[in-house]
Amino acid sequence: MSHHDHHDHDHDHDHTEPPSDIELRVKALESLLVEKGLVDPEALDALIDLYEDKIGPSNGKHVVAHAWADEEFKQWLLDDPNAAIASMGYVGSQGEQVRVVENTDDVHNLVVCTLCSCYPWPLLGLPPVWYKSAPYRAQAVADPRGVMRQFGSEIPQEKEVRVWDSTSEMRYLVLPQRPAGTEGWSEEQLMDLVTRNSMVGVEEARVPATAGAA
Amino acid sequence: MNGVHDLGGMQGFGPVRPEPESEERVFHEEWESRVYGITRLIGRLGLWNLDKSRYNREQLPPAEYLANSYYESWFAGLRKQLVAVGLISEEELQTGRASAPVPERIMERVVNAEQVRAVPIMTTSYVRPEPAPPRFAPGDRVRALNRHPRGHTREPRYVRGHVGTVREHYGSQVYPDLSAEGVDEGHHLYSVRFDASELWGESADANSVVCVDLWEDYLEPAQ
Repeated sequence: MSHHDHHDHDHDHDHTEPPSDIELRVKALESLLVEKGLVDPEALDALIDLYEDKIGPSNGKHVVAHAWADEEFKQWLLDDPNAAIASMGYVGSQGEQVRVVENTDDVHNLVVCTLCSCYPWPLLGLPPVWYKSAPYRAQAVADPRGVMRQFGSEIPQEKEVRVWDSTSEMRYLVLPQRPAGTEGWSEEQLMDLVTRNSMVGVEEARVPATAGAA
Repeated sequence: MNGVHDLGGMQGFGPVRPEPESEERVFHEEWESRVYGITRLIGRLGLWNLDKSRYNREQLPPAEYLANSYYESWFAGLRKQLVAVGLISEEELQTGRASAPVPERIMERVVNAEQVRAVPIMTTSYVRPEPAPPRFAPGDRVRALNRHPRGHTREPRYVRGHVGTVREHYGSQVYPDLSAEGVDEGHHLYSVRFDASELWGESADANSVVCVDLWEDYLEPAQ
């Protein structure tokens, strides 16, 4: 798929340059910066490797599953999220200051960044295209239930929907509700029920029957 | 600035159209990963800050901002900033050849692979000493000021003029409006909760609230 399939907008437009052109322009800038000594090629590869393979939603899934399995940890995570998350080692850029917001029987939380693309990198990795897109950023604050419906989630009217607009350097992680029927499950089993989308809040965690589906 | 980036509440962009989570890739093209990596590494040279980068992208022509894919905007912003701070020249950009050496004080800050892999990963602190005691406390009613600064701000348009309740005081943190101008100062930051009906009137999603992080400069006491 070309990046054209993932544009942050919903209308056609003419690019002044074909996609291969940006590839060349990026390569040219990279070579120039390497030649000037400003970019260490090994550091560049290491950084890309980190965010492509190592820092991703499985970190957040681990935190959530741990909170589900251990009530004491869950309280710590809600009361002092930075310390609790640091104890699991998931500290890095764009995750220096985290608040964990808990879904309950009465409240469902949803996270957005209307002004750019703020997102808790050390816990969820880099944001997906839709999170950075104009439709999501525009609608999430004004029509959160409508947005969630586009992800197949229906939040009942009697439940409060609480939207978090990440306008500062605070980063928000949703703690989804632990699905029923998972009593006695191991942390590893529970992790399979946590989706990245449920930690942004556009969905709830999977229910056990569909755990293996996706 | 009242820029095109300030998207909260806008209409007409169509549906969200997410890719299925299991099929997503982190980067959809290799050049995107290079742009991401280069931007991060160059950012660590300390020649500009996060707010300047954001402000820079916000100033792209609106049509370009909306038409660009995410990393196209990062790339456009990066090129602009590199030239603006004099790290590379227009001529170097054109020819692709280095013609001027980089000052030693900047070379000393070039990030190596070991530093990239060190934990915690390339963190930054946003906490600053308090300029004065906080003016607001949790529970206080506040109005987001109806202000339209020409520079960078993190007060989204959709809250301006509206009344909410302070939820939490997040302490004194780098104030973006000044930070984008190169002035590093801490101002009090609050999480403020707005009822959806206050923000969106009768078209509001019933039983929903929006919590927004707002600096003290954006707020005044309200009834």
